[in-house]
Amino acid sequence: MNEKMDDKLVIGGKEFGSRFILGSGKYSMKLIEAAVRDAGAEIITLAVRRTNTKEQENILDYIPKGVTLLPNTSGARDAKEAVRIARLARELGCGDFVKIEIMRDTKYLLPDNQETIKATEILANEGFVVMPYMYPDLNAARDMVNAGAATIMPLASPIGSNKGLATKDFIKILVDEIEVPIIVDAGIGRPSQACEAMEMGVAAIMANTALATAGDLPLMASAFKDAIEAGRKAYLAGLGRVLTRGAAASDPLTGFLRD
Amino acid sequence: MENNYLIDSDDLTPEALEKKHRLESDPSVRTDHMKYMPGMEVIESDICEKVISEMKAYDHGKYTAKDVATALQHETCTIEDFKALLSPAAEPFLEKMAERARLETGKHFGNTVYIFTPLYIANYCENYCVYCGFNCYNKIRRMKLTMEQIEQEMKVIADSGMEEILILTGESKTMSDVKYIGEACKLARKYFRLVGIEIYPVNTEDYRYLHECGVDYVTVFQETYDSDRYEKLHLMGHKRVWPYRFDSQERALKAGMRGVAFSALLGLSDFRKDALATALHAYYLQKKYPHAEMSLSCPRLRPIINNDKIDPLDVHEKQLCQVLCAYRIFLPFIGITVSSRETAQFRNGIVKIAATKVSAGVSTGIGDHETKYTGKDDGEEQGDEQFEISDGRSLDKMYKDISSEGLQPVLNDYLFV
Repeated sequence: MNEKMDDKLVIGGKEFGSRFILGSGKYSMKLIEAAVRDAGAEIITLAVRRTNTKEQENILDYIPKGVTLLPNTSGARDAKEAVRIARLARELGCGDFVKIEIMRDTKYLLPDNQETIKATEILANEGFVVMPYMYPDLNAARDMVNAGAATIMPLASPIGSNKGLATKDFIKILVDEIEVPIIVDAGIGRPSQACEAMEMGVAAIMANTALATAGDLPLMASAFKDAIEAGRKAYLAGLGRVLTRGAAASDPLTGFLRD
Repeated sequence: MENNYLIDSDDLTPEALEKKHRLESDPSVRTDHMKYMPGMEVIESDICEKVISEMKAYDHGKYTAKDVATALQHETCTIEDFKALLSPAAEPFLEKMAERARLETGKHFGNTVYIFTPLYIANYCENYCVYCGFNCYNKIRRMKLTMEQIEQEMKVIADSGMEEILILTGESKTMSDVKYIGEACKLARKYFRLVGIEIYPVNTEDYRYLHECGVDYVTVFQETYDSDRYEKLHLMGHKRVWPYRFDSQERALKAGMRGVAFSALLGLSDFRKDALATALHAYYLQKKYPHAEMSLSCPRLRPIINNDKIDPLDVHEKQLCQVLCAYRIFLPFIGITVSSRETAQFRNGIVKIAATKVSAGVSTGIGDHETKYTGKDDGEEQGDEQFEISDGRSLDKMYKDISSEGLQPVLNDYLFV
């Protein structure tokens, strides 16, 4: 096998073969089954605010062994609340991974980078593997990494917008400049968008709604798997030349120069 | 056509009857409904002026099919678009509106439908609101549950699997004071993940106290945003003070509550104007308090004990559906609750389009959950219902019905922090 194809996603020292992460939001048995079986997910996000409920117990029972739970702090409005939710997740036995989500706006659900930096520092110091959801801003991402973030999770476009990689240029800057894995979260509505992000060098894709609302859930899960793998292969292979305008002359335009 | 709300009870003394008739027929004996009563907190807020000026300027007859078609083409629904969608001109576009609403609901909520149940703990009321079964002149069995009875009711409800509860009372500060409600909410925190209240409006400090007791969501129905019409329907009591009621949600948010819910009771006044004002009330408050979770309800008038003729007049199911679709298109991120006032058929349909929350296992009476849930009648006294419900499905049945429609029922999505 090509050495490049054996690459693993490493988060907090743990290796993952899959680069698809199931987001939280819309849960059902069918969704989890499809995400694990057809999309190959090895990480499943779990909204702590949905734990300990009658239905959630069923979901926890259903999550196969070997799948890593990624509790998130959705519902937190500031760093303090996020820290409390993360600690609660640990007490519930959800492990040390945590995805920080802090939102002060219920309309667009945009993450609050400043509060996220604060929460990242506190939780990283407590030994959590911190995966902060953020608005793609290089300065904030650097601060989060310096605060101990294990990954950076920029949004691709506003939740519910179905706009795909609206923040593409800014995510590319993060891919180029940030050493930890960049995982795109929110806004990925189609496999083609996931593929495009992976081609750019993004380390993994998190999605939920795109699968949950698909006509044929298992088929869509499998489409995401293929798209993510294709994008990863393309990135590892090194993309060929892509022309943005005009045509390329087969002979050099400056070939007439003599010395 | 108008509803005839004025029903006399044989039980009233001649003096009480005379007072009732005077209140009904002579506006000069009624208090000023725009004037705060002693003890009512005044907050300096610009929200009311914004909402009411828009509502007053709204002439729904001027909108055309072209305006509606344009509104549906816009990616973001403006206030002007919303007005077109609520207008009579939008009625022929109902299917298109439903398609757009379904798309927006799916984008923001996926397939999820939340389930909750209301628990009435008392039905004493000091107000004379002519359309309400709890009004102080209506002859009904009054009751206030003790803490033991409340806990028993909660156990029965929690045993059914319910995780979200909405605690309601009649509007009597004397019989159901804030402390009593607070104690009930503390009990509710033991049995439920999420506790909301729908009680009489209170001051910020009382909302703060109730928040400390475990409440995080406050529902206050404005009934009608037309204050002149409100004056003619709410003839006596603290509920008569229209502006104090209007600012309830803002006081609740100032007190630290996570979310607030709004509604007009459709059928009391011009429902298109009331729907506009309800949504704008949430819209402007969300701009001012962007962290707050907002939700809208859309109740229609229902028959009550001793007056089974009350109906929502021109607000038929089609109009209700139009309002709900317009709400969803204008405020795609907002929760929309449809109560058991509507039929199972309507609720099954609307959760696929716009609604995100429904009640189940509902009783609007007092202390009758054990009888209704388990069939066990211990002979204990029960209080009468606020209104007749149209959908009596249990949690189990509702859960199954939602699932069978390809949707995902959710019992809790909340953490008290």
